[in-house]
Amino acid sequence: MPTLEIRDLHVSVETKEGPKPILRGVDLTIASGETHAIMGPNGSGKSTLASALAGHPKYTVTSGTATLDGEDLLTMTVDQRARAGLFLAMQYPVEVSGVSVANFLRTAKTAISGEAPKLRTWGKEVKGAMENLRMDPAFAERSVNEGFSGGEKKRHEILQMELFKPRFAILDETDSGLDVDALRVVSEGVNRAKEETDIGILLITHYTRILRYIKPDFVHVFVDGKIAEEGGSELADRLEEEGYDKYLGANKTVSA
Amino acid sequence: MTLTTDHTRAVADGAHTHGAVKPQGSRAERRTSFSLEDIPIPNGREEEWRFSPADRLQPLFQADLGTSGVTVEVSAAPEVVVETVARDDARLGTAGKPGDRTAVTAWNAFEQATIVTIPKEAVASEVTSVRLTGVSKDATAAHVLVRAERHSEAVVVLDHDGSGTLAETVEIVVEDGAHLTVVSVQDWAAGAVHASSHRARLGRDAKLKHVVVTFGGDVVRVTPDTEFTATGGEVEMVGLYFADTDQHQEHRLFVDHAVPDCKSRVTYKGALQGSGAHTVWVGDVLIRAAAENTDTYELNRNLVLSDGARADSVPNLEIETGEIAGAGHASATGRFDDEQLFYLQARGIPEIEARRLVVRGFFAELIHEIGVPEVEERLLASIEAELEKSMSVITGAPTA
Repeated sequence: MPTLEIRDLHVSVETKEGPKPILRGVDLTIASGETHAIMGPNGSGKSTLASALAGHPKYTVTSGTATLDGEDLLTMTVDQRARAGLFLAMQYPVEVSGVSVANFLRTAKTAISGEAPKLRTWGKEVKGAMENLRMDPAFAERSVNEGFSGGEKKRHEILQMELFKPRFAILDETDSGLDVDALRVVSEGVNRAKEETDIGILLITHYTRILRYIKPDFVHVFVDGKIAEEGGSELADRLEEEGYDKYLGANKTVSA
Repeated sequence: MTLTTDHTRAVADGAHTHGAVKPQGSRAERRTSFSLEDIPIPNGREEEWRFSPADRLQPLFQADLGTSGVTVEVSAAPEVVVETVARDDARLGTAGKPGDRTAVTAWNAFEQATIVTIPKEAVASEVTSVRLTGVSKDATAAHVLVRAERHSEAVVVLDHDGSGTLAETVEIVVEDGAHLTVVSVQDWAAGAVHASSHRARLGRDAKLKHVVVTFGGDVVRVTPDTEFTATGGEVEMVGLYFADTDQHQEHRLFVDHAVPDCKSRVTYKGALQGSGAHTVWVGDVLIRAAAENTDTYELNRNLVLSDGARADSVPNLEIETGEIAGAGHASATGRFDDEQLFYLQARGIPEIEARRLVVRGFFAELIHEIGVPEVEERLLASIEAELEKSMSVITGAPTA
């Protein structure tokens, strides 16, 4: 069974004062079909994990490994990782002026699957997926993320996840900034992907709210660059009650 | 990082300008003259030269320009009349006076001019092409006049290629009711130095689409001036440029709204890559007191693709009457940044293709506005060629 395996991962970020370590030994294994939630306070390194796995140039892996189905992700370029089956739904999707959503989706799908999608079926597929996410068809002609509301950006990220059919998806605070309706629509999209494919999901969130719609199999509490505690979905319930204070109290080095 | 100004509804507050240095007085006060004595060799600190590499332009500041450095070939539509005339032809020099040193040296040195005339009420069935090819380094003057007589319609494309050192005048006369498109493509080989003064004069209800495309050459400086002489005139000025390592590309426009009920639209977009790539865009629009019901908007956008490139963008809007239909400008310079590249690559798109997508997207709408399919196709091909170079900038490999 395909797995995304992270072993003793250390990552630092370049700052003016030199490299600053953020991840301090992350161990995590996600199998196909599983949903893992990573929760933690601001500044604990959750988003760094997401970006580092996708290969953002800002982050340097100083030690450890990350493999997708046994293949070394860390030696791959960003686009190679995506073609290997990794998808990152970004917290802050970037605007690409003058490039229509339709053109972007087709270009990316072609790059990922190695051949252009069949014109007729692809058109239907895009249209259907947009309908499911309650996106106006006119959306396809707009420039990528340009002038999109926060909710539209996140729907567009999930739209891509549904269309590109990755083997593993990292959702980096996809829930933040969404109202209840948008949260429900986006969560339905994630659940559809889970039903239709054997996707493994790493759901990064600050809040427990999204976990009412997307049931995690495992919950990991992230503090100060590594996993402090692990459990099932009951751990999320406890965090809902108690917050992160307990972890922060034990660990004064957490920065905002 | 993005620098933006957006004044979509500017008000009549006199001089309205953005830039590091405030221009000296009104654009209306700038000296124009046919006489060399009136416009001396600049020292480089003057408002109109402050962004320019004056040292590299020196040969074109001299009064003794030759005429042998470029050849001119014309391939005309059957409806169009092409003549080569001596400098004393009365039709020359009717579209305004030179406004800077290279314009005045060009005017005083040319011996023969090419006149392209679209006779009255003629509609050209195909594109007329004027090709200026640089054949030597000798500093040279050239003069082209495009005359669209009343109610005629045509597309005229000026191409500049080879390598040369050229001070050029392009006069454009659009008579009453005529519709003219003039495209000037600067696709010089390396080493070329080119200063070109475009001076356009529009009659009543005349329409001019003026397109400037600059890709090649070491230093290219184009200064299109447009003057409305009667009501109902309309000008659309479109520019596209792509500067590489150590190229200087400068476009300075002046739209003179001297009469009521005229409309101007200016849209210039440029991309830059490589160290020492420098582009300058200055858009001066003057709405004189008499020019009531003027409608004007100008926009400049720059896309910086790599470190070490510099884009200067200075829109200036002077409004001397409150009775206008609309006046505005916008300027923005942005970078193709790591975040954009990361986003596209994270969708499986390789780096070269990601850059292509972004640059094509940046220029797409503008290219569409040109409305001349032959030119559009060539532009797309030229942009692709520039992008091939951009990969060598990234990887450090030499260009093919």
